[in-house]
Amino acid sequence: MAIFLAIPILGLMVIVQSAVFSQVHLLYGTVDLVLLIVVAWAVQERVTTAWHWGVIAGLLTSLATAVPALAIIPAYVLITGMAIYLRRIFWQRPLLAMIAATVIATLITHAISVAALVINGTPIPLIEAFYMITIPSALLNLLLAVPVYALIGDLANWLYPQAIEI
Amino acid sequence: MNLPRSFQTAALAILVVGILLLALGGYLTPISRVALSPFISAQTWLASRYLAIRDFMTAPRDVALLTQINNQLEAEVSRLQSQIIELQQQNSEMQVLSALLDFARTHSENEYITAAVIGRDISPFLHYVIINRGSDDGLRRGMPVVSSQGLVGRVAAVTADGARVQLITDPDTAINVRIQPSGAEGLLQGSITGDITVEAIPQDASIQTGDLVLTSGLGGNFPPDMLIGQVSGVRQRPVELFQTATVEPVVDFSQLEIVLVIVNFRPVNIAPLIPTPGTP
Repeated sequence: MAIFLAIPILGLMVIVQSAVFSQVHLLYGTVDLVLLIVVAWAVQERVTTAWHWGVIAGLLTSLATAVPALAIIPAYVLITGMAIYLRRIFWQRPLLAMIAATVIATLITHAISVAALVINGTPIPLIEAFYMITIPSALLNLLLAVPVYALIGDLANWLYPQAIEI
Repeated sequence: MNLPRSFQTAALAILVVGILLLALGGYLTPISRVALSPFISAQTWLASRYLAIRDFMTAPRDVALLTQINNQLEAEVSRLQSQIIELQQQNSEMQVLSALLDFARTHSENEYITAAVIGRDISPFLHYVIINRGSDDGLRRGMPVVSSQGLVGRVAAVTADGARVQLITDPDTAINVRIQPSGAEGLLQGSITGDITVEAIPQDASIQTGDLVLTSGLGGNFPPDMLIGQVSGVRQRPVELFQTATVEPVVDFSQLEIVLVIVNFRPVNIAPLIPTPGTP
């Protein structure tokens, strides 16, 4: 069920990201809704389909960007693994895990994207990209991290209800 | 003293006529003012209390009626506001389409397909837009894309009913351009911030702020003489081989809504013609 839900939810987020949020800038950075959802899903305690969501997010995102798919899909899988790892470290503080994972995930996706583009021959000034795009994007992602975490938490509780001992 | 009745009547009549004459002459006004003042005060007090009580009794009905009318008016205002927004949007679209039509008429040698911009690349490092026309509409990779102002970019990838357009502001852009009126040629390049510059301009070329930047047609990727922008600054250092010009594009890429794809232009792949080391 949770895997099937990933396609419409993440698909809708890719559309919203492309049509709306890609035009909302802080300096030259933009928020990454798909990344936030993947991270928020992965840090949920009872979720067992985080890897699937990571792969689906990578596939769907690669359809809407000119960044090579070979870079995008591993990037989303990597941030999923990182978020799961942080969930285990901060198991008593899932919100802290979400915030930390958001910042690190932004850095990871941007680093992999830039690396892929540079390998493809696109001239990207690294320091300028870091200050003008990556840091503002991380700030925007942090702003939306808490509400996305709350929404995805509700979804996770609905799909994975807590067992009650009688 | 008993006066005859007729005398009493006559005296009363004279008194009444006298009073009337005095009243008509205005001589009784001060007396009547003093005499009527308590009555008027009392009547004013009574009337005000009556009106207050009447308003109190009838007010709830009026408030309900007013509330109903207010709701109707608010609904009407909302409907009219949405109509205004819709008309403004239609007007804006009409202006854009009109400008595009003018552009197409002035460049009648080209065949165009109109497309709406429906999205942007989700990577902040790249400058691409997604349009709602694809291979089913005759679009092919490499076709130039323009707006009523000037060059927008070129089709980078195509699906059946959509295409991705690489804007001229993309960091991977490299377009051969000519600067008018000097005729100097250079290479236009984008950047991650969306600023565009012309590199590799010969040192001896005279470039001024305000000069026009047009496609040169060299390389075969774009038709010649398509307007790109104006020179907004020149950097010339004697120690460098070339000078560089920053360009202000004529197209406002943040407001891009409708574009034209030139479908009768086929880019030329000159890569096989470029000699490589080792070939005769």
